[in-house]
Amino acid sequence: MVDLSRQIIDCRRLLCPMPVIRVQNAIELLPHGSLVEAICTDPGALNDIPAWSRINGHRVVETRTNDGEYIIVVEVVQDSGS
Amino acid sequence: MSEQRKAVVLISGGLDSLLAARVMQEQGIHVEGINFFTGFCVEGHTHAIRKRDQKKDKRNNALWVAEQLGIKLHIVDTVEEYKQVLINPKHGYGANLNPCLDCKVFMVRKAYEWIQAKGFDFIVTGEVIGQRPMSQRKETMPIVSGESGAEELLLRPLCAKNLPETLPERAGWVDREQLYGFSGRSRKPQMALAASLGIEDYAQPAGGCCFLTDESYAIKLKDLWRARGNRDYEMDDIMLLKVGRHLRPASHFKVIIAREEGEANFMQGYRKLYPHLKTLSHGGPFALVDGEIGDQDVELIARLVARYSQGRHADEVELSYTDLAGITRTLKVHPMQAHEIPKAWLI
Repeated sequence: MVDLSRQIIDCRRLLCPMPVIRVQNAIELLPHGSLVEAICTDPGALNDIPAWSRINGHRVVETRTNDGEYIIVVEVVQDSGS
Repeated sequence: MSEQRKAVVLISGGLDSLLAARVMQEQGIHVEGINFFTGFCVEGHTHAIRKRDQKKDKRNNALWVAEQLGIKLHIVDTVEEYKQVLINPKHGYGANLNPCLDCKVFMVRKAYEWIQAKGFDFIVTGEVIGQRPMSQRKETMPIVSGESGAEELLLRPLCAKNLPETLPERAGWVDREQLYGFSGRSRKPQMALAASLGIEDYAQPAGGCCFLTDESYAIKLKDLWRARGNRDYEMDDIMLLKVGRHLRPASHFKVIIAREEGEANFMQGYRKLYPHLKTLSHGGPFALVDGEIGDQDVELIARLVARYSQGRHADEVELSYTDLAGITRTLKVHPMQAHEIPKAWLI
């Protein structure tokens, strides 16, 4: 059964690549189907988190901007073993 | 069919590591990338704090390279561990505070630990003999492989023919004949190889990938260490060294004044961690104060900040000052005149 748990990661004030690292480290511990929601203030995260997700086989399912914050939601679509 | 061997490549985002990875792919090796974040990496986004740079390309080159190669990239946060590399470099510093050789040893050691944990066979770097005056010389190549513990599991495909055979070559995992013998500072061989592999777009040749090679950044970091009486630092310290105009009117505090709106927006994120000032009566900068200050210091700081506001020629400028407890008060001061600011204050 798919676990659709949602983990929120506070990446405010962090400059890239730290938001990517936080998302990566969270995803390593999560099963297929989980969601990770990163709240960022560095607009670079809008490029980097989707790029990291593409190359590592995960999927960005939502991106939105809210009062100077960038929210990016990534779905874990495979076990990122290595 | 023989087992496909797995290599992890240290990806900086520059051309050399891109080529090293690609050369391994050409030989049928399963390649993944690893990139180490030290806190001092120069990222496009750091530059993009400044408003005038915000239109510039915001790509992270290491991620971009990985995507071009079609490989996974593992980014490792080494900020805490890296402190020991920077504070006590066994092999010393380069022109500024760049501990390049110790840094390379550190990264290869981390990669060696990683391949052991992940079941990979060997490590690849884009090093080229003679490319770097401090860390990439014939004499430093065995230092990196030896002190990192990687020994002959470290393969440098771009200059392998100038070095003793490594295990991946001897065991036949890779064909030494298909590797290269580049040396020296010229980038022409790499550019020719890139062209032959159909690689046209890549980050400009290495050099500015680390703030520690930057003279003005190194001066600010040395000032921070001197003022605190020790060589430690936190992530917030090293981030703030990248932005604003830094002035130290006294040994116990310095003032960081935003140079434009983008920097001010970034620095606002630190307003709960540092006393700060904002100009009210005129257009003016946001400023943070780093240090333990007394009431007697506040007026001087306010006059200094007013100097950098649009009210610098006015008789009086009004500013708000908020202390660490979050208590805000308003000050009216006469802006400092240019001759009242000694050059020695500017860090």
